[in-house]
Amino acid sequence: MPDSATLIHALGFIVVASPTLLTAVLGFSSLMGWKLPEERQARFVYVAVVTGLLAAVAILADMLFVGTRHIPINIGNWVVIPGHYHFAIKIVFDRLSVPLAILSFVLSGTIGAFATRYMHRERGYNRFFMLYAIFMLGMVITSLAGTIETLFTGWELVGLSSALLVAFFQERSAPARNGLWVWTIYRVSDAALLLAAVVMHHLRGEGDFDQLLGGGNWPFEHSAVSSHEALVVGLLLLVAVAGKSALIPFSGWLPRAMEGPTPSSAVFYGSLSVHLGAFLLLRASPLLQNSQLLCGIIIALGLTTAVYAYLAGSVQTDIKSALSFASLSQVGIIVAEVGLGFHYVALFHLLGHACLRTLQFVRVPSLLQDYRSLENAIGERLPPAGTPFKRISANRGREWLFRFALERGYLDSFLKEYIVTPYIKAFRWCDSLERRWTDFLSGEDSRETENVTKPHFGTIEEYS
Amino acid sequence: MNILELPWLETAIGLALVGSIVVSRFRDPDRASRWGVFFTGASFLCTLFAWLQFYVGMSPEQIARYSIQPKLFGRTLFALDELTAPIVPAVAILHFLSAVATSRAHMRRFSFAWSLAAESLRLATFSTSEPWLLIALLSISTLPPYFELYNRRKPKRVYALHMALFVILLVLGWTAVELGGGPSKAAAWWAAIPLLLAIMVRCGTVPAHCWVSDWFEHASMGIALLYVVPLSGVYAAVRLVLPIAPSWVLSSLGMMSLVTAVYAAGMATIQRDTRRFFAQLFLSHASLVLVGLELQSVLSMTGSLCLWFSVILSLGGFGLALRAVEARFGRLSLNDYHGLYEHSPALAVCFLLTGLGSVGFPATLGFISTELLVDSAVELSPYIGFAVVVAAALNGIAVVRAYFYLFTGARHVSTVSLQLGLRERIAVLTFAMLILGGGLFPQPGVTTREKAAEVILADRAKRLGPAATEPNAPKDHPAAEHTVDNENR
Repeated sequence: MPDSATLIHALGFIVVASPTLLTAVLGFSSLMGWKLPEERQARFVYVAVVTGLLAAVAILADMLFVGTRHIPINIGNWVVIPGHYHFAIKIVFDRLSVPLAILSFVLSGTIGAFATRYMHRERGYNRFFMLYAIFMLGMVITSLAGTIETLFTGWELVGLSSALLVAFFQERSAPARNGLWVWTIYRVSDAALLLAAVVMHHLRGEGDFDQLLGGGNWPFEHSAVSSHEALVVGLLLLVAVAGKSALIPFSGWLPRAMEGPTPSSAVFYGSLSVHLGAFLLLRASPLLQNSQLLCGIIIALGLTTAVYAYLAGSVQTDIKSALSFASLSQVGIIVAEVGLGFHYVALFHLLGHACLRTLQFVRVPSLLQDYRSLENAIGERLPPAGTPFKRISANRGREWLFRFALERGYLDSFLKEYIVTPYIKAFRWCDSLERRWTDFLSGEDSRETENVTKPHFGTIEEYS
Repeated sequence: MNILELPWLETAIGLALVGSIVVSRFRDPDRASRWGVFFTGASFLCTLFAWLQFYVGMSPEQIARYSIQPKLFGRTLFALDELTAPIVPAVAILHFLSAVATSRAHMRRFSFAWSLAAESLRLATFSTSEPWLLIALLSISTLPPYFELYNRRKPKRVYALHMALFVILLVLGWTAVELGGGPSKAAAWWAAIPLLLAIMVRCGTVPAHCWVSDWFEHASMGIALLYVVPLSGVYAAVRLVLPIAPSWVLSSLGMMSLVTAVYAAGMATIQRDTRRFFAQLFLSHASLVLVGLELQSVLSMTGSLCLWFSVILSLGGFGLALRAVEARFGRLSLNDYHGLYEHSPALAVCFLLTGLGSVGFPATLGFISTELLVDSAVELSPYIGFAVVVAAALNGIAVVRAYFYLFTGARHVSTVSLQLGLRERIAVLTFAMLILGGGLFPQPGVTTREKAAEVILADRAKRLGPAATEPNAPKDHPAAEHTVDNENR
């Protein structure tokens, strides 16, 4: 009979191994160009989710039964350079990670079951489930990460799968454009997290959360990091959080992300992915509490985002965008709660909100049917929804606010006009200089690829 | 006689050379391709045995027992060491898989004979540390690309001017080093500056970077790839500049490389053509390798050497995936969406995987090297760390942008099957497996690169004194202790 510690280690291993194995199986078949039948893929997803979920629930039960609040499992050092560097893989089961891991399995499982029917005979069925597996793996790794480097790994997996799912419908250019926009914002977020990880690593010599956040159980750890250090790390984390959770000024990507199929919108932008930022803040909360200024910034950012999302959401004309902004306003409030130090409130808010939004998103395709059923039941039209703009008496103020909401706070325009356009112009200018220089050196037109038309000489298509 | 006692390294170099002569006699592209694959494959196997010789710990005397080098040259000129032991097989596999992945459509344009000759030169270059021999090989290896451009009737002047400058500066610099007392002590500024400039030109450091994109513009993709991806310029920097250059020379090189890394990454994100996009992506990575070397700590150098290895495999694989795309659809612009995914899903997956591997995505070969590089850069200066992270982030954006433009966003209509052929599939999948394998189990690779970094730093310390090495080492590191002791004395 194995002892409790061995059992917990085995269960912890299963929690991580089940989505890893699913990703490996689906990934390998994609790489080899093998098309697995839909039923078999659905079965793989089912087995992976149920196995991971049962193992996570068993750990929770053990923790509640034994009264343990913190179970670190050291999987080992992934890379060691003695005396210089080590990259440890460590997962932690505590009151923060276990609920999020269980939530990830439950919602992913629900969406997996929904998607097997919703995506039935869709051309990208295999691709969808491949990306779904990467996403689930990323979520589980991020939830359970015991070191900042491990968290970064999961964070990146979630980002890539999300961006590729936004561009899921490959025959139109809009999903690809929006996918690229989402990916760009995520890269900014990833860069900030990577820098935060490295700074944290240097503050304590390792990226272990236990070392960084001090002793004690979540959320009662006491970090020994100074106020100044906490501010620097916290600001970097905040940029990462703002990118991932679509807080201001990065909120523009959230409605763009609705280009993806409904199941992915539900699980990523409605429920799980959009909450990852708040989760990161919760994980780092002992560190954040060391700087009052930082907490103030977090509260301000959360509340501003909530108000902005409420206004923008009020004028949306399609249900997925409206839901995405509704989701964002709640995320803003959760972030503010973390800044105020209400950790448990924020955690319960996050869990409840994620479940509610998933339900709403999966009902989206049958919304008109639902409305018709309701109207048939009450025998009359449903009353029109009220908007905040009717309550504002001044005409000019109301118009301005309405335009502001309709233009989604001009956030995308601002980023495009003041960051993206000058960036592209500057590099295009450098490119033209390079062209002039190589034209001068070669004494003729040096670029033959400027006006390419297809197919070219010697290509397979030429022979068709 | 033990099989490992055979002179595998010389055999690998010789086989490539003989192969070049044999293949040059074939006029039929199919036949040339078959023999090209055979010779590059055999050469790769030999380098694999040479690598095994090194890692099982065979002594130089054992290896030299059946070697013809002492008889030919009076001493051993070509040998593997801690630095080159894994790089030489990596270069050989790059040549082998490029030959394997050459599609029928490309066979007429890809010169297997020139490719084998260049492989022979490249393997010899990476196997020697003799300065003048290295300079001679580096100089000769600039010729096959010139003939490639000549044969294709493409503009040659940009390439020729830069390579001539490289060779002149390299020869001038090393002559000055010899005149200034030899390579056993720090080089004088008038010797170091030409060497520094030569390396900058060869590595495509700003402002001498335009030849790389011009080269990709005019050469065939396979030949272009094989010439730049092994990073011969970085090898020259490690062998000729790093051991003897004063710290300010390395700092200057590092600073210019950092600028290039960010600049080229930015340029990669706005390119309208796949070839130029790849060239800029390569420039950014090559510069990041140089940044790590310049920081002169064990950590940064380990990261840099890991990144070097990753560039050969990841960017090599990425380049081959791009070449496979070109074989089907011709040169494609990054101005319009092409929607090629449905026609060749496996190619799309490999393209994305190799591309992400090169930019350091988790679970790929480049991940840990980027981590090490950022970690060591932040230790020295937050600004350097920030710049490295920005370069990595921009490279990631550029790769996914290219993927979206090429494989999504439109419906492509074709009347023929555009799936990957068996040979291409084998080549690209091998790269994909190496990238994932190295990414999931990075420790063996990191350990060998760390040993190589220690050897390089020790060599520099021997020549310049301990004070010249590891200026950025943490206080508990032996090199830092040496420095303190030296100052106290």
